[in-house]
Amino acid sequence: MVASEPLEDARARAAAFLLRRHRLRAAEALPWLAAVLAYFAFPGHLAFGTQLLIMVLFTLSLDLILGYAGIVSLGHAAFFGTGAYTAGMLGARYGWGEPITGLLAAGAAAALVGCISGWFLLRYRGLTLLMLTLATAIMLQELGNARADITGGFEGLTGITIAPLLGRFDYDLYGHTTYLYALAVLFLVFLLVRRIVYSPFGQALTGIRENVRRMHALGSPVHRRLVVAYTIGAAIAGIAGALFAQANAFVTLGVFGFDRSAAVLVMLILGGAGRLYGAFVGAAVYMLLEDSLAKLSPEFWQFGIGLLLVLTVLFAPRGLLGLLEDLGRLLSRSASP
Amino acid sequence: MSAPALETRGVSMSFGALAVARDISLALPRGARRGLIGPNGAGKTSLVNLITGVLKPSAGRVLLGGEDITHLSQEARARRGLARTFQINQLFRGLSVLDNLCLAIGERTGACNNLFRPAGSKPAVIEEALEHLAAHRLVEDALKPVRELAYGRQRLVEIALALAQRPRVLLLDEPAAGVSSRESHLILDVLERLDEEIAILIIEHDMDVVFRFAREITVLVGGAVLMEGSPEEVAADARVRAVYLGEEVREEARHG
Repeated sequence: MVASEPLEDARARAAAFLLRRHRLRAAEALPWLAAVLAYFAFPGHLAFGTQLLIMVLFTLSLDLILGYAGIVSLGHAAFFGTGAYTAGMLGARYGWGEPITGLLAAGAAAALVGCISGWFLLRYRGLTLLMLTLATAIMLQELGNARADITGGFEGLTGITIAPLLGRFDYDLYGHTTYLYALAVLFLVFLLVRRIVYSPFGQALTGIRENVRRMHALGSPVHRRLVVAYTIGAAIAGIAGALFAQANAFVTLGVFGFDRSAAVLVMLILGGAGRLYGAFVGAAVYMLLEDSLAKLSPEFWQFGIGLLLVLTVLFAPRGLLGLLEDLGRLLSRSASP
Repeated sequence: MSAPALETRGVSMSFGALAVARDISLALPRGARRGLIGPNGAGKTSLVNLITGVLKPSAGRVLLGGEDITHLSQEARARRGLARTFQINQLFRGLSVLDNLCLAIGERTGACNNLFRPAGSKPAVIEEALEHLAAHRLVEDALKPVRELAYGRQRLVEIALALAQRPRVLLLDEPAAGVSSRESHLILDVLERLDEEIAILIIEHDMDVVFRFAREITVLVGGAVLMEGSPEEVAADARVRAVYLGEEVREEARHG
């Protein structure tokens, strides 16, 4: 009864459709080329470049949990801070200055915090979840304040000494090593995140975001999936925080601050959530704008960011990257009538 | 005799003063074709929610193949072979029809536990997805996002997703709701070809569909079972005519 020929065809088309999605595209080389070019073109701005790479990594971690799994968080700095303090205190207090194991330890610590807090709070949604994520960051900040004797409190943790990278490359005044180190870490983590979002698990996260009722009905272990995604996102945010502590050799409890949680959310929304490269676009636009506006008007630079956010949310709800995609589609359509 | 595929024993539940289920006892043997009818607000969808675990009963028990599932989560019930469709489509609207099916299959087989293998790299999943799509005449639409499909075809996806769970018991909540009469035969075709092994409970307002499909009918009124019987018995029952069919008859008379 079944016409096998067309079905065979359909099967091939379906397989091609699914596999095409995760195949690397030429355009994906662009951000990496830009990052390498920037290294040679702006040798005087590598410190800024490093901060930008760190924020891209931090935004990417939020993209996994918000853009893909649909978990809205106002306290993502909790994990950035946990990572920053883990790496910082290892370097400053325990003489563990080896940077790469420091990163891994920071990622593990943040993952632990993400797993435990996520297990409790991912039963909730909406406003309740928003408040609980916010409270997590505040509580960690206060915990750090209560133990100011080891964290340095709001004065900051000084004296973080970082051993040469891979035992060979020392850190120069212009930040060459640090920049390349941050870029390499970002690249590796990005490959991992990219792999996850195109996996069946990533599809399940998208399913939870699109229709959680159906996922329950399909027998999906929704809570477990969310906790896993949240834990991975937390680990990556922790690695970003650790890079931050290592690059600056200084941390204050401000890393847990609400403004940091809010800024990373704004970066993701600006760039476009749930599209991997939105983190790159959003963080870059935000930080370049912040930098140039702050020079223009040190007191009112946030006005410019606010205006851009309003315009983006109103006219490009899929973010600047979504807008670019739409424009590209429009151009290619008008080019081939 | 083996245990019924699905059984409720004295299930009760209320939202404050409103009792949505009063001492409901039902038993569906394997391969049952049971219609569940009743006027609006009779508690039909609530009963589906009580059986699937969206709601917890305040009294009574729910058994699946003889196993007490009253205290199990929705997920655990679904994994034991209990599937449902929704009165209002609950689909992954932004994803392709194919992806919708792959998700249902992936969650059943555990493929979705994999974080590192690219989705779509398992031919068996695609093959099964296309079998389901072919059975629902959805192959043409496989690569389109669900939201671009006509409503009637979305209803078919709704059923295809539940079947991809390979259920033992299937609860259909108004499968033809919102579908034009021109398209409703598509739904009926699918319903009539369902696996004879599956026990099915169907809620439907369209009496043509119910009387064609169901072999037994349970009438629910005010959260309680009014009567149970063959379609002929139900159609002949004076109480049923009074509370339920009466409305339909009057309506049909008005439409002429």
